[in-house]
Amino acid sequence: MTLLIVALAIVFIVLTILVMSKTQTLLKGVKAETEQNKEVVDGANNINAIGLFVFWILSVIGMVWSFLYAKKDFLIAFGDIPSASSVHGKETDYWFWFGMAVVTASFILVNTVLFYFPLKYRYNKNRKAHFYPHNNTLEIVWTLVPAVIMAGLVFTGLRVWNKVMSDAPKDAEIIEIMGKQFGWQVRYGGVENGKLGNYNYKLIDDVAGNQFGIDFTDENSFDDFTNSSELHIPKGKPVLLKIRARDVLHSVFIPHMRVKMDAVPGMPTKFWFIADKSTADMKAELGNPDFKYEIACTEVCGRSHFAMRLILVVDEPADYEKWKKEQKSFLVSNPDFLEKVPASLKAKAMKYFPTEAASDTTTSSAGTSLPTVSSLR
Amino acid sequence: MAAVAHADTHVHEHDEAHEHHEPQSFIKKYIFSEDHKVIAKQYLISGIIWALIGGFLSLVFRLQLGYPGINLGWLKPVLGERWFDEAGKLDPNYYIALVTMHGTIMVFFVLTAGLSGTFSNFLIPLQIGARDMASGFINMLSYWFFFISSVIMFCSLFVQDGPAGGGWVVYPPLSALPDAAPGSGTGMTMWLISMAIFIVSSLLGSINYVTTVINLRTRGMTFDKMPLTIWAFTFTAILGILSFPVLLSAALLLIFDRSFGTSFYLSDIYINGQALPNQGGSPILFQHLFWFLGHPEVYIVILPALGMTSEIIATNARKPIFGYKAMIFSMLGIMFLAFIVWAHHMFMTGMNPFLGSVFTLLTLIIAVPSAVKAFNYITTLWRGNIIFTPAMLFSIGLVSFFVSGGVTGIILGNSALDIQLHDTYFVVAHFHLVMGSAAFFGMVAGVYHWFPKMFGRMLNPTLGYIHFWVTFIGVYLVFFPQHYLGIAGFPRRYYAYTGFDFTNKYQDLAQLSTVAAIIVFAANIIFLYNFFYSIFWGKKATQNPWKSNTLEWTTPINLGHGNWEGEIPAVYRWPYDYSKPGATDDFIPQNVPFSATPESNFPYESELISEEKEIEGIKFDYSIPD
Repeated sequence: MTLLIVALAIVFIVLTILVMSKTQTLLKGVKAETEQNKEVVDGANNINAIGLFVFWILSVIGMVWSFLYAKKDFLIAFGDIPSASSVHGKETDYWFWFGMAVVTASFILVNTVLFYFPLKYRYNKNRKAHFYPHNNTLEIVWTLVPAVIMAGLVFTGLRVWNKVMSDAPKDAEIIEIMGKQFGWQVRYGGVENGKLGNYNYKLIDDVAGNQFGIDFTDENSFDDFTNSSELHIPKGKPVLLKIRARDVLHSVFIPHMRVKMDAVPGMPTKFWFIADKSTADMKAELGNPDFKYEIACTEVCGRSHFAMRLILVVDEPADYEKWKKEQKSFLVSNPDFLEKVPASLKAKAMKYFPTEAASDTTTSSAGTSLPTVSSLR
Repeated sequence: MAAVAHADTHVHEHDEAHEHHEPQSFIKKYIFSEDHKVIAKQYLISGIIWALIGGFLSLVFRLQLGYPGINLGWLKPVLGERWFDEAGKLDPNYYIALVTMHGTIMVFFVLTAGLSGTFSNFLIPLQIGARDMASGFINMLSYWFFFISSVIMFCSLFVQDGPAGGGWVVYPPLSALPDAAPGSGTGMTMWLISMAIFIVSSLLGSINYVTTVINLRTRGMTFDKMPLTIWAFTFTAILGILSFPVLLSAALLLIFDRSFGTSFYLSDIYINGQALPNQGGSPILFQHLFWFLGHPEVYIVILPALGMTSEIIATNARKPIFGYKAMIFSMLGIMFLAFIVWAHHMFMTGMNPFLGSVFTLLTLIIAVPSAVKAFNYITTLWRGNIIFTPAMLFSIGLVSFFVSGGVTGIILGNSALDIQLHDTYFVVAHFHLVMGSAAFFGMVAGVYHWFPKMFGRMLNPTLGYIHFWVTFIGVYLVFFPQHYLGIAGFPRRYYAYTGFDFTNKYQDLAQLSTVAAIIVFAANIIFLYNFFYSIFWGKKATQNPWKSNTLEWTTPINLGHGNWEGEIPAVYRWPYDYSKPGATDDFIPQNVPFSATPESNFPYESELISEEKEIEGIKFDYSIPD
């Protein structure tokens, strides 16, 4: 009897094992099929699809909100921000926002479809993609439309560019601005003829004080005066900046005037503009009595690139002329350089020195009396 | 291997599957390997390491910008004592060096070598049906020159006076005069030498890619059946071949000015109490030479990413890429135009304004083919059946960055508008979106998509989704606010903005950029973990996990030297037969002949069945030596 039970038990165990392994194989097949279907997309597919569209909606809201938040600190005129303080600046500002409107419209349109289609056409095993390899008409349309828009932007932009880059008017006030590590210095042609004296970089001598390398054999230099803290310009008149650099590349950037031009050692550059809002005007407009126009460097030039600050003062024309007359010429401030003046021209140079007995009020600043010709070394 | 098709040359066919190899030493097999797949992985790992370094450098200066004067002294053990003062404040000279090295590393070492080097190498032979590149030896040299260049550039980070400063563009006279800044000393010399060697590496690689694509396509792979990735890699290589030598010339002349007394870029300079003798040179010359490469360079960076995106979007939308020919023509248009727009980087240099007009016109023209590509990607999505693999998500993200960054390029390309915006943060926002982030997403998408082919395993998709979402949102948070900084006139490369009234604002935006950048960096650590873990322990891949049509998925899962074990498949159709009406499956690989798919052939395709025998019978002449 025991033998029979043992034999049957063994048969049952073997059968069980056979059935179990058969079932396993069957189950694997079914699982594979389900997995095959599932393998096409995982559970995250819908989440990602919805996520892309939601991201876009939130982004648009975020961008609008950020624009409204940030616009109070814009410089390029929008809303409450004052208009540019120069004539050409008002034009470039307009075309900037015009261009931004055009590109923002395309940006929103294109991104909207880009993020909507993933939501709409996310994987669905009951659907099949639409076999649509090309459409030449469509290609032509969306080549021509951007091309026309670009052409429009080019022509309007170049009109403004040519105006800005045109030659300065003949009556422009010419001022030299020189960049160096790490500051700006300006030089005026003087009250008499307004012409800047020649310069040569080999004449630069920081120790002696001729930072511009002014050539005193040129009589135009006698009435030149310099300044290393402020650039004064008249309101409403064309100003031509003659831009130079004496060591490395710098770049003159007057943000409120929308002025920018690189300062290149060995290649003088220029930029002319008309300032139509004085410093006083801006103080009133902004309600800020401490407002100052600033000039910054905008071409990396070394350690203190971030600290090359020069104040720009825009005066009413009458005040500007008055200020100019009050400036001491370079020679008067640095009489040692009279040495460099050729003997034949010394008399001309001395014209700009106030005489001992003089009580004239037109030239020279207040203060010390100056040596006469005979006591000059 | 050189190969020429002769339809009637009798050749021992089995020769083409075996070369006479002795078993290779470990060094020959894995270090100085001539196998394109190994070299691709070498480039990839190098690119990843450089991306970590370049990203880390950006975090350091972003910390200074977001939190001015912050104590970074804890970085002294890593970067050096001289970078920070006693209070741990970052030295302004090293700030510029950080910005310079970040740019150099990202543009050249990550997005050129890391992107082109990896994927051109990996995919060209596999997708055109070749055993390897035209010259495995030159390919090996290309990587090892890059390695030497990397070592020199890496060491330059730690020289006493600091690495190169002056921006990644290294304009003279600043870069020519060691007196002008510490970053113009030894660090600059090393930068120039490293870049010269880098250019050699790049040229060796590019020549190889073009030669391979022209000569080693398999039977039936005519140009109009090549995947768009290959078109993109080919155009990229041509761009490189024609433009990198000009950068080499710019660098050589700079080396001469620095060390051998020439005056190519120098004139009328007074520095450190001395009037230098150099006369007659012009800094503008350097800028022309530099940007003649510099502009094509940005297309070298983005075209491979765009090519891979075509592939990934088509595969995952289960639809042909829309406008295959239009995509090729737009890349061709971009390639030509890329050479004639360089001076839009120079509008405010003082060059003749007429040039400004010419370059504005040409620049706005190049916007058109770029726009066409974006429209074609989006139309590929339309009525697709879209699967969101991590690669697909990153590809869609790429299109988004490309569009967002591209539109601000239209503003900047307009010279009148560039007067106010040049050298401000508006430019920084523009190129980080359109080039930096878009190309980076392309690189990452490529890794996710071809990881199974590279390593025989899958990357973890959940980590991939997290990687995508955090990085995508984070990148927009970093760079979108910077448009506002630009509109406010914030100049580039400034150590601090507190010194001017007109920039003494938007500190909250600067902080936002900084915090977002840190989060983006962290998200990419997740990717790194996923990457390295999955190489060894990732889920094993199937042969064609994405059900893609291109030839690389017909190789064995763990492919060896020579790629295919038997004969290389012949190609009968283009790579975009996805969801073809009538077909049994929603994809038909390129190597499936039309005779096997009568149910889905178009009439003109049925006519091509007669050509199949001829395609199969093409014999390559293996008697031509290497």
